[in-house]
Amino acid sequence: MEGPLTPALSTRGLAKSFGSLIVARDIELSLPQGARYALIGPNGAGKTTLINLMTGMLAPNAGQIFLGEDDITGLEPQERVRRGLTRTFQINTLFPGLNALEAVTLAVAERRGIARQFWQNVSTYKETIEEAHDILVKLRLGDSCYQATRELPYGRQRLLEIALALATKPKVLLLDEPAAGVPPEESGDIFEAVASLSGDLTLLFIEHDMHVVFRFASHIIVLVGGGIYAEGSPAEIAANPGVREVYLGTRKHD
Amino acid sequence: MALTETARTPQLYLQHLSRWRPIEIAFWLATLLPYWLTPDYLSLASQIAITALFALSLDLILGYAGIVSLGHAAFFGIGAYTAGLLSKYGWGEPLTGLAAAAFTAAIVGYATSFIIARFRHLALIMLTMGFGLLLGELANSAGWLTGGVDGLQGIHTWNLLGYFHFDLYGYTAYGYSLAVLFVVFLGARRLIHSPFGLALRGIRENRTRMPAIGAASRTHIQMIYTISAALAGIAGALLSETTQTVSLDSLSFERSAELLVMLVLGGAGRLYGGLVGAAIFMVARDQFSGIEPQYWYFWIGVLLVVVVIFMPNGVLGGLAKIYARWRGR
Amino acid sequence: MLPPVFGVLFDGFAYGMLLFLLSVGQSVTLGMMNFINLAHCAFAMLGGYVTVTLANRYGWPFFATLPVAFIAAALTSVVFERVLYRRLYRATDLDQVLLTIGITFISVAVAAYIFTTQQQPLQLPSYLRGSIEILGLRLAIYRLVLIALSLIITGILVAALDYTRFGAQVRAAVDNERMARGIGIDVDRTFAVTFALGSGLAGLGGALAIEIVGLDPSFAFTYLVYVLIVVAVGGLGSIGGSFAAAAVLGISDIAGKYYVPQLGAFLIYLVMISLLMWRPAGLFGRR
Repeated sequence: MEGPLTPALSTRGLAKSFGSLIVARDIELSLPQGARYALIGPNGAGKTTLINLMTGMLAPNAGQIFLGEDDITGLEPQERVRRGLTRTFQINTLFPGLNALEAVTLAVAERRGIARQFWQNVSTYKETIEEAHDILVKLRLGDSCYQATRELPYGRQRLLEIALALATKPKVLLLDEPAAGVPPEESGDIFEAVASLSGDLTLLFIEHDMHVVFRFASHIIVLVGGGIYAEGSPAEIAANPGVREVYLGTRKHD
Repeated sequence: MALTETARTPQLYLQHLSRWRPIEIAFWLATLLPYWLTPDYLSLASQIAITALFALSLDLILGYAGIVSLGHAAFFGIGAYTAGLLSKYGWGEPLTGLAAAAFTAAIVGYATSFIIARFRHLALIMLTMGFGLLLGELANSAGWLTGGVDGLQGIHTWNLLGYFHFDLYGYTAYGYSLAVLFVVFLGARRLIHSPFGLALRGIRENRTRMPAIGAASRTHIQMIYTISAALAGIAGALLSETTQTVSLDSLSFERSAELLVMLVLGGAGRLYGGLVGAAIFMVARDQFSGIEPQYWYFWIGVLLVVVVIFMPNGVLGGLAKIYARWRGR
Repeated sequence: MLPPVFGVLFDGFAYGMLLFLLSVGQSVTLGMMNFINLAHCAFAMLGGYVTVTLANRYGWPFFATLPVAFIAAALTSVVFERVLYRRLYRATDLDQVLLTIGITFISVAVAAYIFTTQQQPLQLPSYLRGSIEILGLRLAIYRLVLIALSLIITGILVAALDYTRFGAQVRAAVDNERMARGIGIDVDRTFAVTFALGSGLAGLGGALAIEIVGLDPSFAFTYLVYVLIVVAVGGLGSIGGSFAAAAVLGISDIAGKYYVPQLGAFLIYLVMISLLMWRPAGLFGRR
């Protein structure tokens, strides 16, 4: 049983390199349960790589990853999702030919372990479909859920990214630039969706827009060149001269 | 999909997507026409039904799970030789022959699925092609078993259900092949509209996303590949039972490649695409059987180029587009 | 006095060099843009027919026909790339396979129509016929020339790749296409040029192949299988990989035919499958 003080997600000495290119050096991080952490850093710092390492899409050269008290370092990506660690993608990685309802129903079906049922029509699995529909409605996608994903406007596709992730009932959610590429008038929807997420859910999000970071994050981790450069509360990070130089000074808006 | 006609609840919507459309019923009724309209062509009709079943089996892995296989004839051949050998050595009962063929093909399919599920792109295409070619060479060398180049001799199919005799005109053959095709089709249709079918489409639409929603796509692929192999085996067995011969070309690369052309022609991922493609292809080949082989290949080549550039979803895809435009989307 | 196995090795290596010329272009273009071009050997076949036409009908000396074979195949490939292939760079594997198989079917039919399905005869110049004796082995002069030519071409390719700016662009595009675009390399143009060169080499290979394996319209398919095996086993985008795989395949094929003819092509397929399972990106591949 995990006590309330066990971090929801933590890594010890996580490292990865491709030949002489080091993309992750000795990463030690610890996300408390229910935390809202932001991961920032210049392009190429290794933020998405870190998410790939934590979710199992990339195998580390060294180090360990813990979900709660369980060592998940050797687990396959889908197994980690089943244990409660889910991510969204920076570039929409959706199912173009499926409509939103089908896509989220699939995700719920996988979680419920019924995805291999091949004899009954999908429509007979009422609870699965209702759960999927509820998620979509909560994210304001209810009225466009019958449209093929490829026909949805970009902002709605980004919301669908999040919907798919929520369908897995995660304990820890890693959001990779959730509002990337979304025009400013629509990004409000995305952040409202993120803000309305349950307090039990632990969040780590990659973000470039500093306004968003300061508004939502209780703690910021700065990644530079594959290593953790600094971490602390938003005020501490804002005041850190090194961080300003490396990152904040050169970009305010995205 | 016009929303105004459907009820708004999500369950009813999904149910609506999988209802039987009138045109489907018309299609299946039309398959009975050869008995009245073209009774001289019943042998060809039964060949078409068999090839349609074979194409359906490929559609399940290609059109729905996105696995490009250039070696699917391997399972067809395994089915054909299994039923043929069973008959040659004394057991010519057709229905159990189908079961034996399905079982053998399924086992080989299951074994190879472990490898198939782990690869993509060129490696996958090469592996499927390699297995097909390998099996072809084995069949060629094992002449003591397969009859080699001369083919399997001594097949005699017993009466179907103890009553229907396999006559020379193909009356029984066509009815038998058509019935098997229909039954398998019903099963495939259920599968496509089940949660598993949805998972397969997920794999086809975006394989990378699947693990991220907790899906074990490898095991899904293994399952559909095994099922597909079994169905291809049944088609092969039908061929050996209705024609009472089996030869090496049932396993050949040409057969695998032609099947791919038929499926793409009709439109993959639509369940009926393989059936339509097989019908068009085989009728055309029968009509043009007099011309030189190189002309035939020329037009197949042109067809492929045209389909890929202008009609990537095949005949059925093109028709669906026209239909949608006609309904005033 | 060397035992006959060395003769087999020599013949196998010569055959391997031929396969290398036929395959290297395919390997690099596949590694760069992941574009599956199954019409590659149709370009090779074109080179062969160009040589045959020039030599037999117009009396050109053999060596003079080779550059023309190269250029004809390269130019034809440029036309196809502009008109058809370009539309399918982002298409699915299946679409690329089908389009290029379709083109191959068409070219086979056209070749059969123009040249009939008979084997094309080719008269080699007298200095290329016959063999010389080294250490007790009779080595065909033509094969020696073929090996020498292939090694020279390999050397040029490797040098160009390592020491020219274009070579650096090719390496970058093969290594990471997205990043190469990001740093300003015109990947599409690099690909077009590489594709033309690769097809040209295939055309040259087709011309050189006539003496060794003959030429008829089925060439486009028969050797496609071998080329794909070389590319898949050697690793996409790797010249060294193609070289090694082609040499191994050539030697295995010839040795197999010599020592265990009843096995047929069985061994080759088994080796390919095993190697691909062990290393799906090929022996030297990166993806």
